[in-house]
Amino acid sequence: MPYSYRALLGACAVGALATSAMAETITVATVNNGDMIRMQGMMEDFTAQHPDIEVEWVTLEENVLRQRVTQDVATGGGQFDVMTIGNYEVPIWGERGWLLALDDLPEGYDADDLIPSIREALSVDGTLYALPFYGESAFVMYRKDLAEAAGVSIPEEPTWAQIKEAAAAMTDKDAGVYGICLRGKPGWGENMAFISAMANSYGARWFDMDWKPQFDSEEWQAAFKDYLEMMTNYGPPGASSNGFNENLSLFQQGKCGMWIDATVAAGFVTDPEESTVADKVGYAVFPNKEGVDNHGNWLWSWNLGIPQSSDSPDAAKAFVAWATSKEYTQLVAEKQGWRAAPPGTRTSLYKNSTYIEEAPFATLTKQTMDAATPEKPSVQDVPYVGAQFVSIPEFQGIGTAVGQQFSAALAGQVDADTALNNAQQLTQREMMKAGYIK
Amino acid sequence: MARAVTNRRKAIVTVAAWLVGIAIFFPILWILILSFKSEGDAIKTPIEVLTSNWTLESYHTVQERSDYFRHFLNSVILSVGSTVIGLIIAVPAAWAMAFVPGKRTKDVLMWMLSTKMLPPVGVLVPIYLIFRDLGLLDSRVGLVIVLTLINLPIIIWMLYTYFREIPGEILEAARMDGASLKNEILYVLTPMAVPGIASTMLLNIILAWNEAFWTLNLTAAKAAPLTAFIASYSSPEGLFYAKLSAASTMAIAPILIMGWFSQKQLVRGLTFGAVK
Repeated sequence: MPYSYRALLGACAVGALATSAMAETITVATVNNGDMIRMQGMMEDFTAQHPDIEVEWVTLEENVLRQRVTQDVATGGGQFDVMTIGNYEVPIWGERGWLLALDDLPEGYDADDLIPSIREALSVDGTLYALPFYGESAFVMYRKDLAEAAGVSIPEEPTWAQIKEAAAAMTDKDAGVYGICLRGKPGWGENMAFISAMANSYGARWFDMDWKPQFDSEEWQAAFKDYLEMMTNYGPPGASSNGFNENLSLFQQGKCGMWIDATVAAGFVTDPEESTVADKVGYAVFPNKEGVDNHGNWLWSWNLGIPQSSDSPDAAKAFVAWATSKEYTQLVAEKQGWRAAPPGTRTSLYKNSTYIEEAPFATLTKQTMDAATPEKPSVQDVPYVGAQFVSIPEFQGIGTAVGQQFSAALAGQVDADTALNNAQQLTQREMMKAGYIK
Repeated sequence: MARAVTNRRKAIVTVAAWLVGIAIFFPILWILILSFKSEGDAIKTPIEVLTSNWTLESYHTVQERSDYFRHFLNSVILSVGSTVIGLIIAVPAAWAMAFVPGKRTKDVLMWMLSTKMLPPVGVLVPIYLIFRDLGLLDSRVGLVIVLTLINLPIIIWMLYTYFREIPGEILEAARMDGASLKNEILYVLTPMAVPGIASTMLLNIILAWNEAFWTLNLTAAKAAPLTAFIASYSSPEGLFYAKLSAASTMAIAPILIMGWFSQKQLVRGLTFGAVK
């Protein structure tokens, strides 16, 4: 009897050792949004394919995540094996050698199916450094019923003058309806994402070819003053603290005539469970100023990258390839319907007639993403790459500081000229400090 | 007449105290209310929120999506661990400063307090690198050390204040009776200072429980406490107010309950001192 006990114990010990030696654990850092959470619910499929890989999740708010992963990748901390990063970080980190090159993807991955503008944004010298999980551009979402009642029509490719006119017509402040809702909350990824895209569509640029800031240009003056005018006259109160979420909430409650923001918002505003206006939303391309051939150039994607410091690069690669594959899209569609499929990464999704039928915003999303050209965001020549941001490491700091000036102007604390002047000064100072301007 | 004035005054003070109390408590109450609403209802106007249906949906989702108990356990280990170690270091230190002060004791105390004046982010990178090299990233041991160190100045200062109010003669009498230093601290000083030590302990557990800078920056999955659990429900793209509220309620509930039961102890320790 004691023998059999010992044998049993021995077998258990060997078993336990073998299991722990076989199972490889990877830590995935991710943001908290609908598509990412959905992925966590699909893990059964991954585990079935890779029983030897265990996945641990670290879900964080976007700004906290950005700070955590930047800190970890820059110091080689090795806390994460897969990181969720934006297309702002990927080229900078790839170039610095902080990310693993993803040039040996599994057979059948079909990297050529990735939407070209996204693929381009995630590559350095033709090599991919992260794979896109979902992508977005920006467009106009408007209330068809309010537009009709106000007697205005919004064309598929509106100009800013038409948007302003429609905003004026739809505004009914007594009824709590505001013609236009735009971001005002300070931050490089908040109000500056929108204002930079709007400036692009006015023909403005952040820097000239000598890296001199351009806030004193006529184009910036025109764009920023129109933004302030629209928001002051037709925008909701307290707009200087409104970001994506606040505007989403206002739009869903039927308080906005128009909302110009990320295409991913369309999935939320058309969700009948959360939105009171789900069946009344129309879409149009991001506006441009008359005579300027530029529709804002907004391009963003959330991507999965593997830091050089990862202990389990092979397991991490298997995970990244699974989560960004065509099969994953198919899996989501089977379990939760095509409307829930992660948008904006694969061309094949937009050739799928069921998807186009179920997601009324799909065609326009693809169209705006295709039209985005991060390598040439403005009609004028620029020394940088980037769409609604400038892809240089200093941009996070500069963008947020400028965003604070612009938000203060929207709150009425400073006038437009002072805000633009301050933005010019502070950007100039930072660019000199960083050595761009001699 | 005098009585009428007193009563009116009393009423005004009572109303004012209630108003301040409600103003301070209101955000927590609103979190609690939102946590029992669906995501769609949580973003409506306050009146619509109050009249809409109540549901446990958010709690179910949060429980399904995150491992609450692992985070809870980490929070308990970190807050209790750092407080106990802090007290073990701080009691002798405060004894020395209160009863055998040297020429530089005041300066030392001031210096200790000055470490709290530096914004933590100023030392984030060096500490991160040291932790990386020692293999302490995402470990409970590492976090207990950090939390002990950041709360130590507060523990020493609080204990020092209580100890100073204990007459030195009592300790002298113990010494006359032949008590060793260890016995003097353990059997004479500590029992007299129990209210002070208890309130210091409670306050530090609360401070460590709520600490959200180091606990977010030095952890990933294994050592993450409830602060990381809350942070995982905040999002700039997408509305998760109800779930965020449910997660917050679950995270603050234990400490709120503990605070409720020990509030007498806490207030007495904070206001009355050691032997009064």
